[in-house]
Amino acid sequence: MQDLLWLVPGLPLLGFLVLSLAGGRLSRPAMAAVGTGSVGASAMVATLVALGFHEPFRQVLWEWMRVGEFAPTIGFRLDALSLVMILVITWVGFLIHAYSCAFMAGDAGYRRFFAIMNLFVAAMLTLVLADNLLFLYLGWEGVGLCSYLLIGFWYQDPANGRAARKAFIVTRVGDTAFAIGLFFLIAQVGTLDIEEAMTRAGSISAATAAALLLGGAVGKSAQIPLQVWLPDAMAGPTPVSALIHAATMVTAGVYLIARTQALFALAPVVQTMVAVIGAATLLLGGIGALAQRDIKRVLAYSTMSQIGLMFLALGLGAWPAAIFHFMTHAFFKALLFLAAGSVTLSLHHEHDIFRMGGLWKSLPISFATFLIGAASLSGMPFVTAGFFSKESILGSAWERGVGWWSVALVGVLLTSLYIFRVVFIVFFGEAKTSVAPRRDVLLTLPMVALAILALVGGWIPIPVGVFEPHVGVASVVSMAGIVIAWSLRAPLAFPGVDFDGLYERAFVRPFLRLANAVGRDPADAVSFGPAWAAATAHRLASATQTGSLRWYAAGIVFGGVVLLAVVLWW
Amino acid sequence: MVVILGALLLGGLLAWVAERWGEVWPRGVALMALAIAAASSLVPSWRGEVAWPWIPRLGVGFHLAVDGLSLLLVWLALFLGFVSVVVSWREIKERVGLFHFNLLWVLAGVIGVFLAADLMLFYLFWELMLIPMAFLILVWGYGDRVRSALKFFIFTQASGLAMLVSIVALAVFHARTTGRLSFDLMELQGTPLSQGAARWVMFGFVAAFAVKLPAVPVHTWLPDAHTDAPTAGSVVLAGLLLKTGAYGLLRFVVPLFPQAAAEAAPILMGVGVAGILYGAVVAFAQTDFKRLVAYTSVAHMGFVLLGIFALNPMARQGAVLQMIAHGISTPALFIIAGALQARLHTRDLREMGGLWAVAPRMGAVALFFIVATLGLPGLGNFVAEFLTLAGTFQMRAWMAAVAAAGVVGAAIYALSLMQRSFHGPHREGLVMSDLSVREVVVLGVMMAVLVGLGLVPQPVLDLAGGAHVGP
Repeated sequence: MQDLLWLVPGLPLLGFLVLSLAGGRLSRPAMAAVGTGSVGASAMVATLVALGFHEPFRQVLWEWMRVGEFAPTIGFRLDALSLVMILVITWVGFLIHAYSCAFMAGDAGYRRFFAIMNLFVAAMLTLVLADNLLFLYLGWEGVGLCSYLLIGFWYQDPANGRAARKAFIVTRVGDTAFAIGLFFLIAQVGTLDIEEAMTRAGSISAATAAALLLGGAVGKSAQIPLQVWLPDAMAGPTPVSALIHAATMVTAGVYLIARTQALFALAPVVQTMVAVIGAATLLLGGIGALAQRDIKRVLAYSTMSQIGLMFLALGLGAWPAAIFHFMTHAFFKALLFLAAGSVTLSLHHEHDIFRMGGLWKSLPISFATFLIGAASLSGMPFVTAGFFSKESILGSAWERGVGWWSVALVGVLLTSLYIFRVVFIVFFGEAKTSVAPRRDVLLTLPMVALAILALVGGWIPIPVGVFEPHVGVASVVSMAGIVIAWSLRAPLAFPGVDFDGLYERAFVRPFLRLANAVGRDPADAVSFGPAWAAATAHRLASATQTGSLRWYAAGIVFGGVVLLAVVLWW
Repeated sequence: MVVILGALLLGGLLAWVAERWGEVWPRGVALMALAIAAASSLVPSWRGEVAWPWIPRLGVGFHLAVDGLSLLLVWLALFLGFVSVVVSWREIKERVGLFHFNLLWVLAGVIGVFLAADLMLFYLFWELMLIPMAFLILVWGYGDRVRSALKFFIFTQASGLAMLVSIVALAVFHARTTGRLSFDLMELQGTPLSQGAARWVMFGFVAAFAVKLPAVPVHTWLPDAHTDAPTAGSVVLAGLLLKTGAYGLLRFVVPLFPQAAAEAAPILMGVGVAGILYGAVVAFAQTDFKRLVAYTSVAHMGFVLLGIFALNPMARQGAVLQMIAHGISTPALFIIAGALQARLHTRDLREMGGLWAVAPRMGAVALFFIVATLGLPGLGNFVAEFLTLAGTFQMRAWMAAVAAAGVVGAAIYALSLMQRSFHGPHREGLVMSDLSVREVVVLGVMMAVLVGLGLVPQPVLDLAGGAHVGP
């Protein structure tokens, strides 16, 4: 069973290859079957591997390269952490793919869509299964590429292209820090094998390495200060957003820190930095979510905020709690996106929540599933999965000090405020638009499946740790938030920190000015210099050839005088 | 070795003559010559040495030798030779025979450069590749081709003369200590030189190689030459001629002047980093597809310069792999530029946009090579850049860190290229045919090579590892 591990990322990759190389000959149902089936098969294999899982093992396919001592492999390693990751990625990914079959029906880029989605899942699975950081980096960058392609999926609109490039370039800033971190590790410990490097990490400057890896994690996971790409990433089709926010991409940073937590544990300063960044993003994302009109942007800010909560847990050393919350978050966030997608699909792609209203009657399934997602997100006690994971993070925060705990509590309040505000605005009140409900079993089934997971997912035993929930202040605060949300149904606006404007002024415009200044390549002066000198000398010399006898005579006399003067001087 | 050179030189002449029998003949002859050369390059026994006396009085010998580095580059040259003939199939309609004569002679010159183990012979091949290359631009080029060909010629010729002076000076210094005049690389290695002499003699070599590489700020012939060259010219230029500069640094500068090279290393690494950053910014500002790609070469060859003078085995192997990977990815982008020009009669990115809608296959292939250019893991360029930077980091950490910023620059220009050509709104009336079978085959093979280099780079790294002339 364990030998099948490579098939987990291998099958979606195969799906990508089939769709991109031979897909032109496939019919549309066949494309959907290949695209969805490959991820489904991968989920089955992952489950088989999980059932046979006893202890961590590794599967090396081949040695990637060998330069001196440095010999990274193309190889996988499965332990409890990766096991949780692959199960969530494949199963949630599969449900999102199934939903996409209906959601994207009629789109001209059907094959391109499934091909890139498959590659996306394959890259993410590589990321979480890699046994060394270089191979992990391959998955890491692959995820970045696929997000670029999917955010800009509808490429004819330049705004989508801009959002796609923004996502890629902003995350690549973080990736570059990550890459420098890899160079640092190679120079210091001589290997990128994760197990090896972590055991040898005690002897090096762990703070530098951890800080550089954190740079990469901050970029991919859209944490302050590299969070700016995430809200714009909504330009892609809704299933893409679901995949980016729930199963892939933004959780990569959480995984990276959890995976290298031995390194972070050696660098308390950096670890505290993780907690601070997480706490700040938790609050900033929560406030940002309150100010949005676009239903998908609310969810985007929500993700930012929830990943902030996971970072907070990581920073406090409670990585199992962070991974637990990653799992439940994957369920309810995917559900929220898919439900939101089914709403917008029925409203002729209307995204503005203030043009919606009273939809609970006309879209009962969307309403029920969205409500379940919202309840799980705000951590309604016992009946939702979100409750358990959130409580486990709050419990760890409490142990670390009342300060961290209070910040997390404010985050909890903000969460139930912004999400139930959306529930009330969208599904209650008076109807404002005409509704053309789209009923499709392929849309409904994945939503129902995710809704069940968002309710009972907290009971799933996960091998990274055991969590004991208790109803406490947080549950009360969260319930209070729901009540307050009822009175906050009017549009809100906050004077926030304008990160986009700041970066525009600090980086984008100076870069454009620089590019403008050197675009015509001033270095060309090097070649024009001698050419100009030769041409000028030629002009000057030929100017003396006037053909006028008087000038020549004057020249001879002048020359003679100068010569005489020089001779006499000596 | 002689068979390879002979097949190309004779094949060139024959192709010229064969023109009178029809347009297809020169193409066929060229392919045949390349096939003979390629077949003999695969026979292991050729990897020995050829050493014939040539001008004994001056100590000049016809001395050819091969090692891993040469072998890799010879294979690259022959591969790109096939590519060039195939991509010229439709583009070149006039003086087909003469075109293939020039093409094969450039290749012969380039391969000679990679094999020569005698400095005079090296110089001869160095000049041999120059003139037919200038002709390729001059006769079959576009735009202001006379100026571009001239600029290319003057830059390389002037710097080549500096190298000639250095070659003679080195031989004279050697003759003074041993009493024997020789231009043989093996003999000249280890010539005792005073510090000052070594600096000056090395400078002549570095001048020639830096221009060819090209290093900032003597790169300015490159964008003009590329922009105005025919597609095959760009393929050979980017894929091979630039590599001769890097090869010269690896083969001559570092082994002949180990001390002076170590002294100059920080400066040359700085020049490399400057090239990486400068090339990235200038590339972004271009509006001409080919010109943009030309400036990306400046950035990529900056990595090669950095890797060579990091004087570290890891960085060096990275630099060699970069030579090969860049030798595939950049010519491929020029082929796409040529395909666009043939269909749209423009290379101006401001007139393109949304081309994916009409030519999705070309869009996908272009995307592949664009992400190769920005160093996506899984493709050869990534392994090359990663090893270069990781090796450099061990020597001078901050230089690697600054150079890594160039990776962000690469993302900016590469994605902007994609946006302006294939993404974005599709213009009404901008129609063109998708890639033909011939183009798909050529580009498909190049894609496969890059994936191979990215996932199984070890054979190339092994060859690149042991790089000393002679058996």
